[in-house]
Amino acid sequence: MLPFTRVWRRSLRTRVVAQTVILSSVMIVLIGWVLLHNVADGLAENRRVAAIDEAQTGITRAQQYLDAAVGSRPEQQSRVLTQLIDTLTATSGTSRTFDVLLYGPVPSSGPTSVRSSGALNLQDIPVDLKQQVETESGLWWRFSELGVLASADSEAAVIVGSRLSFGGDHYVLFYVFSLAEQQATLDLVRDSLLVGALFLVLLLAAVSMIVARQAVTPLEEARNVAEQIAAGDLKRRMQVVGEDDIARLSISFNQMAEALQSQIQRLEKLSMLQQRFVSDVSHELRTPLTTVQMAAQILNEARHELDPPAARAAELLTNELERFEALLSDLLDLSRIDAGAEELEVEPLDMSTLLREIVERKEVTVADCDVVLIGTEVPVIVEADTRRLDRIFRNLLLNAVKYSESDRIEIELESTDDIAQTAVRDFGIGLTSGQLERIFDRFWRADPARSAGGTGLGLAIAREDAILHGGSLEVSSTQGEGTEFVLKLPCKQRASQQTTFDQESEA
Amino acid sequence: MKPRNAKSARVLVVDDDDALAEMLTIVLSGEGFETAVCRHGAQVMTAVTEVKPDLILLDRMLPGVDGIEVCAEIRKVSNVSIIMLTAMANSSDIVDGLNAGADDYITKPFRNSELIARIRARLRSTFATPRRIEFGRIILDGESHSVTNDGKPVALTPLEFDLLKHLIAEPERVFTRDELLREVWGYQHPGDTKLVTVHMTRLRQKIEDDADDPQVIRTVRGIGYQAMSPKSDA
Repeated sequence: MLPFTRVWRRSLRTRVVAQTVILSSVMIVLIGWVLLHNVADGLAENRRVAAIDEAQTGITRAQQYLDAAVGSRPEQQSRVLTQLIDTLTATSGTSRTFDVLLYGPVPSSGPTSVRSSGALNLQDIPVDLKQQVETESGLWWRFSELGVLASADSEAAVIVGSRLSFGGDHYVLFYVFSLAEQQATLDLVRDSLLVGALFLVLLLAAVSMIVARQAVTPLEEARNVAEQIAAGDLKRRMQVVGEDDIARLSISFNQMAEALQSQIQRLEKLSMLQQRFVSDVSHELRTPLTTVQMAAQILNEARHELDPPAARAAELLTNELERFEALLSDLLDLSRIDAGAEELEVEPLDMSTLLREIVERKEVTVADCDVVLIGTEVPVIVEADTRRLDRIFRNLLLNAVKYSESDRIEIELESTDDIAQTAVRDFGIGLTSGQLERIFDRFWRADPARSAGGTGLGLAIAREDAILHGGSLEVSSTQGEGTEFVLKLPCKQRASQQTTFDQESEA
Repeated sequence: MKPRNAKSARVLVVDDDDALAEMLTIVLSGEGFETAVCRHGAQVMTAVTEVKPDLILLDRMLPGVDGIEVCAEIRKVSNVSIIMLTAMANSSDIVDGLNAGADDYITKPFRNSELIARIRARLRSTFATPRRIEFGRIILDGESHSVTNDGKPVALTPLEFDLLKHLIAEPERVFTRDELLREVWGYQHPGDTKLVTVHMTRLRQKIEDDADDPQVIRTVRGIGYQAMSPKSDA
């Protein structure tokens, strides 16, 4: 049942063909049934009219025959009646289409004699017809079924009867006309109709299949082309044949593809221009910045020879140039990420070692703040870009040290089969929910008064870096209790499998 | 040629930016180096033959000629140490420069102290006179600055010589790439370890029988490199 439902739901062609066949079958059965009924009625009516006509003639003749025999002796009466049957049946020519049955006298308390041609007997006559004919004068008829001799079958028949008077007594004469011939005709018509209907349904199925194919094939082509375009083959187009609806669909489809292609190419060009601009800015700004920074360092190193205001100026110059450099580098990084031009250089890397190194370097720690490492005793190997991962952790640590006012920072490393999770938490002032929402915004600072140093871009870049690695960086905080940043990175191998180091060619 | 000492080594600055070239001269002179400046890529080869520098500071972006092409040209005729100055943080440009034969690169902007440390690290390998080291089939002679493998001489650049010396001087010790950057290249801060990887690949091509299956210097996955103790029967 399931595969059928699947085909039904997925294949337009199957549905169109099936629906056509079902609907046309219902119509054909209905029409055939009405047709067959009309034919049967017509045949029976014709036969009935002819039968009554013939019976009328026969009965009139029988009455005349009996009237002529009135006055014969009673012992001769029996012979007269038998001769009457022979006379009636003999007159019908080469092939007799009826049988007759004569009985009487009626009504009678004595024995009735029954004479008939063929295999007819009194039980073949419907009781109500018999009574009607016996009690009323005139011609009466009925459609009825006749039992066929030595068989369980029955055949339709028209039975016509009338009362005859013979010597003061009433006799009853029945004409029984078989409808077998009409039935045979009807059977033939029915069989022809059946065969015709079957062919018609098959034809309709074939026609609907062809029509469905004509409509569905272009649809399938459109689907294929659309899938190829979606997969990046922007040059794919549909074939346009003729001028019909399908052709117009193809033309519209192709126009859409054209518009998409030009739009995508325009965006690609824009992105390329932006990347080139970023690279140009990088070069053009960095060269003078290098010169200025070298000069500032010389001034700064010689500041003890300068008078105090000039010495302080040299110091400020150096510090702010460093900040300018950091800002430039962060901005360029971000614009490369935004342009989608940033490439990762991933290599297997032990996060435990990296974290220990960062803390040991003491680049970002201050004297009255303890940094505690948890869970870095075992190696946790991830596929990552060392420079970026290092930068993420430095940014998080820097952020905690600078803004949390906490005297203790915990870095906890945990790993499961597929995720390496690092939490950097402080126990300082925490953040409000409004601050939490904006913590990753560019140039946003929780406390504008404490903006000295730093670029305001560190956390924004850290999060972009995490996303570039297929990971995530999330923050949670409680005011007055502290803040926790959680970095999750996909982890391809278990640490335990890294106990032996094998030779491997360079990545 | 009688080697000058590292303190008074001669440095050729190749840079089209006048201000930066002059600033570099001031800083280098302040550290006691002899300096010469070349402002056009096309004149570099003449300058190299005339000045006979111990080290070249080469800007990646030169008008007319690409710094990478210049680097490759110099490498054809000289094993002189080359440090490239680049404004690019793009690592494919950096790899191009290294493949053209640069020993090191330094990204603008940089600290004076970082620049000096890198220059001194390069010159140290040029002027230091270490002892002779025998390491299996490899013999490294500090006096003549030459290396032989199975008796056949191997032509190494001063940097490759220094790198090899560093590793085989302490067999079995695992050097991380950051350690090598610090000790061989004179990095004061962690840098891009791709530099180590590229030079290690080139060194292996010169000293290993099969660079894809190194027997002398092994990669310790996720950490760094170690020189494997030569087998006693070798």
